[in-house]
Amino acid sequence: MNFLSLFVLVPVLMILALFLSKNRKQVLAIMVTGSSLLVILSANLVYQYIAARNAGAVDPMLFTSSVAWYKPLNINYSVGVDGVSVAMLCLSSVIVFTGVFTSWRIAPLTKEFFLWFSLLAAGVYGFFISTDLFTMFLFYETALIPMYLLIGVWGSGKKEYSAMKLTLMLMGSSMILLVGILGIYFSSGANSMDILEIVKTTIPVQQQYLFFTLTFFGFGVLGALFPFHTWSPDGHASAPTAVSMLHAGVLMKLGGYGCFRVAIYLMPEAAEKLSPIFLVLTGIGVVYGALVAIRQTDLKYINAYSSVSHCNLVLFAILMLTQTAMTGAVLQMLSHGLITALFFALIGMIYGRTHTRLITEMGGLMKIMPFLGVCFVIAGLANIGLPGLSGFAAEMTIFIGAFENTEILYRVLTIASITSIVIGAVYILRTVGKFLYGSIQNPAHATLDDAHWYERFAVITLIAGIVYIGSFPLGVSDMIHESLGNVVAQLVR
Amino acid sequence: MEYTLFILLFPLASFLIVGLLSNKLSHKASGLIGTTSLTVVTLLSYYTAWAYFTTQKIDGVYQSLTVLNTTWLRVGANLHIDMGILLDPISVMMLVVISTVSLMVHIYSLGYMKGEVGFQRYYSFLSLFTFSMMGLVLATNIFQMYIFWELVGVSSYLLIGFYYTKPAAIAASKKAFIVTRFADMFFLIGILVLSYFTQTFDFGILMSGDASIFSSAIGSSFLGASALVWAMALIFIGGAGKSAMFPLHIWLPDAMEGPTPVSALIHAATMVVAGVYLVARLFPIYIGFTPEVLHGIAYVGAFTSLFAAIIAIAQTDIKRVLAFSTISQIGFMMVALGVSKLEGHEGLGYMSSMFHLFTHAMFKALLFLGAGSIIHAVHSNEMKDMGGLRKYMPVTHWTFLIACLAIAGIPPFSGFVSKDEILTAAFHFSNGMGIWMTVTAGLTAFYMFRLYYNIFWGKATNYTHIPHESPVSMTFPLVFLAIPTVLGGFIPFGHFVTADRSDYTIHLDWTIATVSIILAVVGIIIATVLYRKPSDVPNRIANSIRGFHQAAYHRFYIDEIYLFITKKIIFNCVSRPLAWFDRHIVDGFINGLASATDWVSIRIRGFQSGEIQWYAYVFLFGTLLITALLLFI
Repeated sequence: MNFLSLFVLVPVLMILALFLSKNRKQVLAIMVTGSSLLVILSANLVYQYIAARNAGAVDPMLFTSSVAWYKPLNINYSVGVDGVSVAMLCLSSVIVFTGVFTSWRIAPLTKEFFLWFSLLAAGVYGFFISTDLFTMFLFYETALIPMYLLIGVWGSGKKEYSAMKLTLMLMGSSMILLVGILGIYFSSGANSMDILEIVKTTIPVQQQYLFFTLTFFGFGVLGALFPFHTWSPDGHASAPTAVSMLHAGVLMKLGGYGCFRVAIYLMPEAAEKLSPIFLVLTGIGVVYGALVAIRQTDLKYINAYSSVSHCNLVLFAILMLTQTAMTGAVLQMLSHGLITALFFALIGMIYGRTHTRLITEMGGLMKIMPFLGVCFVIAGLANIGLPGLSGFAAEMTIFIGAFENTEILYRVLTIASITSIVIGAVYILRTVGKFLYGSIQNPAHATLDDAHWYERFAVITLIAGIVYIGSFPLGVSDMIHESLGNVVAQLVR
Repeated sequence: MEYTLFILLFPLASFLIVGLLSNKLSHKASGLIGTTSLTVVTLLSYYTAWAYFTTQKIDGVYQSLTVLNTTWLRVGANLHIDMGILLDPISVMMLVVISTVSLMVHIYSLGYMKGEVGFQRYYSFLSLFTFSMMGLVLATNIFQMYIFWELVGVSSYLLIGFYYTKPAAIAASKKAFIVTRFADMFFLIGILVLSYFTQTFDFGILMSGDASIFSSAIGSSFLGASALVWAMALIFIGGAGKSAMFPLHIWLPDAMEGPTPVSALIHAATMVVAGVYLVARLFPIYIGFTPEVLHGIAYVGAFTSLFAAIIAIAQTDIKRVLAFSTISQIGFMMVALGVSKLEGHEGLGYMSSMFHLFTHAMFKALLFLGAGSIIHAVHSNEMKDMGGLRKYMPVTHWTFLIACLAIAGIPPFSGFVSKDEILTAAFHFSNGMGIWMTVTAGLTAFYMFRLYYNIFWGKATNYTHIPHESPVSMTFPLVFLAIPTVLGGFIPFGHFVTADRSDYTIHLDWTIATVSIILAVVGIIIATVLYRKPSDVPNRIANSIRGFHQAAYHRFYIDEIYLFITKKIIFNCVSRPLAWFDRHIVDGFINGLASATDWVSIRIRGFQSGEIQWYAYVFLFGTLLITALLLFI
């Protein structure tokens, strides 16, 4: 069996083990072991991947294997990875791992929570290792369903509404996506659902226009494409901490990943023609999300709109269709995944203590919980692109890459999206200034405690990742850049 | 000269050590770690300067030396962002300036910040700042400069907001960060434009004098100007933001909310001159290809300089006076660069700008540290709470006086020489510019001595507790900085830093010097008459030009204009409606879809009632209807 399948097998085994577990201690033991195993697997994968590339492997995807599981429609269980999927798998592992620690005291129904959590993880991993369109879709749906339950049961606020809205909007978009996928299958003439097979054929341009739109839109909604992003603020706000982390950190990245792996890679001609339309939407989304974030008072909404802005920037960069900008997009996925997970983790921890997320009802928390406060400031600075933290490397790569396009529309949109670095500073500093600095507003907060060991552990792990990518981006960036060569080669064909 | 790497590594290490272990380290330990590492850095910088200036002059021209350069990130086929160390006359000079002032501030803070909550945090931020500033001046390429440019911005934000429980400090730090970020955005766009056309970030290539790399940038035009002009103008906006040029100066006076030693280090001597340094760094491009932008820089500098000097006269907070004085003096440096040319005597402006940067760093740091010493003694920033302090604080008094004489341009103090060179360069450019700057210089003498007399002479204030001289840790830096303030003018600066990097001997133009000395003396005399003894003449004068005085006191309402734009327009007229739009229109559409589905399904759910009779009924009539239709059509 291909070792990539372990990424799905481990979460499945975790689920089985959870069924048999008897108490909270066992549940946590299973989760810690399982998620650590996933981290080790990812580290091993990076090692293997780089070793293989250094040894001269030139295939677009490495470690491929394929097992037929529904012959009539040529659906295979095909797996394989390139630099981008490796990066995404690592990100998922880090977020799942830290997610377990931030859910240390989740109650009630601890076991059930982790059951769904693991299923969600299985879906995410499966998606990133798949090279078969249908299998990919299947895993995508697998990740989606647990989300509904996780938000609906363990969420807060108007959780039923949010869960329903999120699920319906994403289901709706995945329905469109499915049409697109089937369209690709039937029009490519490859008689295969495997991306690596389809890419060898050429889909007729007229059909590309339709199916590009369908698939890009289908994945785009998951990537918070403006104006179809409204499921995300509500969804994030209502979700329990670890789910917000996994959702914003990883699940939304499925959208960006799918956009270029399916829509652009398979239908390059349509991508070149239609990208300006989507580019305008994403360009608006970048600025719009940031501007709306200025107005919010709920910490989770601030971060959710900030995510809308950053995720639109991912799609924006992908649509620039240059290798540099796309490298930036993937870096931004990694960076945003870590930063937003850190934010949600911290917000969850703070909310768990103060029982409010409104910045107007808090003040001077830096004095009370210095550790969480300092980490929040670090997250904020990463979010607005402080050099040395991951956001900067990603955004700069995007902007430089975007500038390679000379048409005036591209230039205008690029410059517009650059303004988000200023607007970002406004909402982050406003937030930090309001609830962390200043004098203690609510005397009841004065006796609250700072982070526990498991919370510190999760937060420090995430910060370490952010600092690593931000300070030494060359290795990651080169790995991604080289893999994207295949996608770009399609575009100039 | 690989050891220069340690100039960066030591402050970085002390930042990490003190920052990460802040709650384990005692105040003393963290202060000691910071100061020791800075002492090493200072010694290394001095050694580097000595080694560089003695060995790197080949054929009478100083060579650029890239000590280190590694790729940090690849962005495109040819473009890559490097991290490295570049030694040339200006970067080496900056090393000396930064390390000297930073070390003095480190020592001074041992006394000034004694017992403050967050002492460790303070020292770790100081180290972070020093690291970033060193990285900025040593940058081998414009993107590295931008990276450290952002880092100094953040260090400044963190240090201005050091007293984070004080609302004014929070607001000031936020304002400083956002205003400079706004300017940095233009800087970034400028870099993008420049690098797109030249396909390089590297200073070595950009400065090689090879015109062909700019040919495509000059060739393409946008809105009537070439892409290169756009790029260089945009880059200058970044510099103008950091160096507090009008109209981006508004953050600097507010930045005085930070601890006073921080103001001395960041907001007087080092970070705020980063814009000047940037223009000096890119000077060959400005002078060679976009002289029109350079002239624009001169005019911006000249306007800012007089504008800030006028405001400085009306301020009552001693740190604000110094802040506006800083803005004004940076204006002088910008003017000097703007009027300069490249070769020989024509390059006087460049040389004098760098010279003034150097001398200003010393005497302005001295003034700020002196102000800190005064504030430490009387616990107030306001002139009205001071007076007659010369009796209580002799060291502070004498050093402050020396610095005032230097900034006023009285020979033989350092400021006289450097400022006089700037005036000479300005007269070279045009008489109007020369006269404008000479008048500003006269005003400088006046407002500085207004400040001096109000603090040390004037009314004898009844102090609740008698002010006393500050401890040695604070007076030592004052005395130390007084040395270059007095003797700095005798440095043969033209031997070290010139536009074309070859020797230049400073000759004072005595006609211009005499005029400026007379103006300075007149300024001082007026200040002496008005402020040495308590009198109501100043108030009467202020009342007679009431409107103007109020406007100057309120800094010509520029802050209010900004506040109007940000609060009223962006927050209330853009952000708020957009948030509403998002909740009610975008989201409303989705909710509307849901409600519509709901509405329809309620209407049609009767069809699936489960009553067999009803189904049979509909079936029968349906069949009949269809049959009828088929028969008759």
